Amino acid sequence: MRVNLTVNGRAETADGVWEGESLLYVLRERLGLPGSKNACEQGECGSCTVYLDGLPVCACLVAAGQAEGREVRTVEGLADGDRLDPVQEAFVECGAVQCGFCTPGLVVQAHDLLERVPEPSDPEIREALAGNLCRCTGYEKIMDAVRLAAARKAAR
Amino acid sequence: MEFLRPATWEEALAAKADVPGAVPLQGGTDVMVEINFDVRRPAALLDLGAITSLSDWEVAADGRVRVGAAVPYARIITELGDRLPGLAQASRTVGSPQIRNRGSVGGNLGAASPAGDSHPPLLAGDAVIEAESAAGGVRMIPADTFYTGVKRNALRPDELIRAFWMSPATGPQYFSKVGTRNAMVIAVCSFAVALHPRERRAGTGLGSAAPTPRRARAAEDFLAAELDWDGAAPLTGPLLARFGELAAEAASPIDDVRGTAAYRRHAVAVMARRTLGWAWNDYRERVASCA
Repeated sequence: MRVNLTVNGRAETADGVWEGESLLYVLRERLGLPGSKNACEQGECGSCTVYLDGLPVCACLVAAGQAEGREVRTVEGLADGDRLDPVQEAFVECGAVQCGFCTPGLVVQAHDLLERVPEPSDPEIREALAGNLCRCTGYEKIMDAVRLAAARKAAR
Repeated sequence: MEFLRPATWEEALAAKADVPGAVPLQGGTDVMVEINFDVRRPAALLDLGAITSLSDWEVAADGRVRVGAAVPYARIITELGDRLPGLAQASRTVGSPQIRNRGSVGGNLGAASPAGDSHPPLLAGDAVIEAESAAGGVRMIPADTFYTGVKRNALRPDELIRAFWMSPATGPQYFSKVGTRNAMVIAVCSFAVALHPRERRAGTGLGSAAPTPRRARAAEDFLAAELDWDGAAPLTGPLLARFGELAAEAASPIDDVRGTAAYRRHAVAVMARRTLGWAWNDYRERVASCA
């Protein structure tokens, strides 16, 4: 089947999509956007988190056909050209990126948190990121990065 | 496999009648996992996402809240926390923010897993499930007759869940869940209690402690007889202990990877005591502030 959707502001069409295919597969394999990572395929790890009509969701649990006519924003769509989003910048600076597999999902989820809650408390950060698994950093540097991004956004 | 995208509820009912094997798809948080792992290849996926009325809730003429099957947990928490506090608490324990943005009570009911987090508060709050088919019309199914077996429910092959109905809380409601971490955890077991002061009774719901979610009726009868609604005296230790025992007796759990039957029985008793204690303390404060 054919699926028409808007990804990072651009109209896209995917052809030959299998009916049981996930949005994640369409993004990575058909539209060439490998930022969202394919890890658990069961919504447990958060590595494939994207915005769907403005809400963060696990792209592995959205059937491709459900994205018909919808707006998707992936980690690739957060930066403004070559200028990284403050969340991306803070992840790099704080060493919150190690193997990098979980990073795109964490960045999207942290981005959403800071859009809704500009100055989150530590428990709020932990709750927002509770669906994103990282096996390298121990999360402390991720916490640092979200705090730094919040402070920078507040200062702007 | 077909991908069916009905634009209206009537089209959805017609599609379900034509293809009874079609699996309704809303948030995808259960269905897509099975497809991703190739454990299920349904004849068709019936995507209900275009039917916007399923994502609405309203207060009906009789005062009850009618909540569309697709209202996601995130919105139950923010929009219905005051009216349906027990369900909102349970919703807060579902998955992660990403899952709560997609998953819905309708999906939980359709999957009918004994571990589904919404079931205990639906039972404790006397929810009624509104199902409909093209041939049979609307059928109102009380929650305590809805669950018929492990991952089985009372729906007929041509029926779809449209909404559930629940009365706004008239007393305190609590939900408790045991799991091995704070997020993304399937309940080892869970318990919900709802005080209904006007009717001088309490409702209960057990999760992940029997083949189906179920009420602890003997425990409810015991509370109806023993609770001091007018004086709002503190609960005694023996009353709490007896309530916990009766709640545990309603369980018929299994040993599995998440916990042993003995542990589940014990945990149900503990959660029953604690949730009732929290609820009764709230009730006493309300009575005191009205006096």
